[in-house]
Amino acid sequence: MIFLRLFWTFFKIGLFTIGGGYAMVPVMEEALVAKRKWIADSEFVDILALSQSAPGILAVNVSIVTGYRIKGFAGAVVAALGTVLPSFVIILLIAMFFARFKENETVERIFKGIRPAVVALIAAPVFKLGKAARVNRYNVWIPIAAALVVWLFGFSPIWVVLAAGAGGWLYGTIKRKRGAQ
Amino acid sequence: MIWIQLFFSFFKIGVFGFGGGYAMLSMIQGEVVLRHGWLTAQEFTDIVAISQMTPGPIGINSATYIGYTATGSVWGAALASFALVLPSFILMLTLFRFFMKYHESRSVTDVFAGLRPAVIGLIASAALVLMNGENFGTPQGDSRQFIASIVIFAAVFVANFFFRANAILLIVLAGIAGFLIY
Repeated sequence: MIFLRLFWTFFKIGLFTIGGGYAMVPVMEEALVAKRKWIADSEFVDILALSQSAPGILAVNVSIVTGYRIKGFAGAVVAALGTVLPSFVIILLIAMFFARFKENETVERIFKGIRPAVVALIAAPVFKLGKAARVNRYNVWIPIAAALVVWLFGFSPIWVVLAAGAGGWLYGTIKRKRGAQ
Repeated sequence: MIWIQLFFSFFKIGVFGFGGGYAMLSMIQGEVVLRHGWLTAQEFTDIVAISQMTPGPIGINSATYIGYTATGSVWGAALASFALVLPSFILMLTLFRFFMKYHESRSVTDVFAGLRPAVIGLIASAALVLMNGENFGTPQGDSRQFIASIVIFAAVFVANFFFRANAILLIVLAGIAGFLIY
């Protein structure tokens, strides 16, 4: 029973949040903390912080930890499956029919208008998230350099993640050693 | 071969995909468009548009779509989605047990001080790579499409950034504009 309820709760979370990521947070809070009382408010915040600092999809990360907290490893699997399944099914249906649908002249006209809009929607969070990521005039060269090596030189973003993580660690360690002396 | 490549590509995206949906887009694009050429920049943009309008995380939506189109099989979609989620399982369950110890540690704070601004740059790179002739038209080829695209881009950027207009609404409006213009 608990597995079914776990699956169903996360299935609804996956089904009703459009846009993903942070849009899912209030929906999850309501379902997991307010309604089901599976976890406490403070624990939800901890799980959220942990999920944000780990790689991967935020909603999936939250469902894995919450599922694990409630019913161990099987709970984690069931919760993750619930979160992923709605988008999997919907996108699969679209993928199966979109190729044919795309040949349609009207659809092509509509998508010609949509494409530049999507690029703008990807560009906008750069400036919105810049503040949250504590980008300031001393470290603004980091995002600029990261964007340029990927865009102009075709470097894989994976190298950027590795270099930025290693660089941050090295800088912090050296700074602390100097401070200690 | 394609199955193994698909698995490793999305596993890598799962391991290195820091910073949520949009940052993950740059990873997916790097692997799927630039490295393996499974999709063109235009097809990739279409998937992002579809992902924005349908429920669920962008990462899962793209993995499912790309897995299906690259292999022509439902199993390709399942494999790509599974590969994307697998690192989360391993990492989250490990991290959860050592949560307090790791989360407060100085080394983790240092790593993230470098990682956070770089992720912002990766989102920017995703937008820059997609600003090409396939998505915007070219001034030489089709100047009407080029100008219309620039106007749509600027309008959507301003509406979303300054007025916090809803992304789905903007995509619908841009679609209507495209239908009327072309």
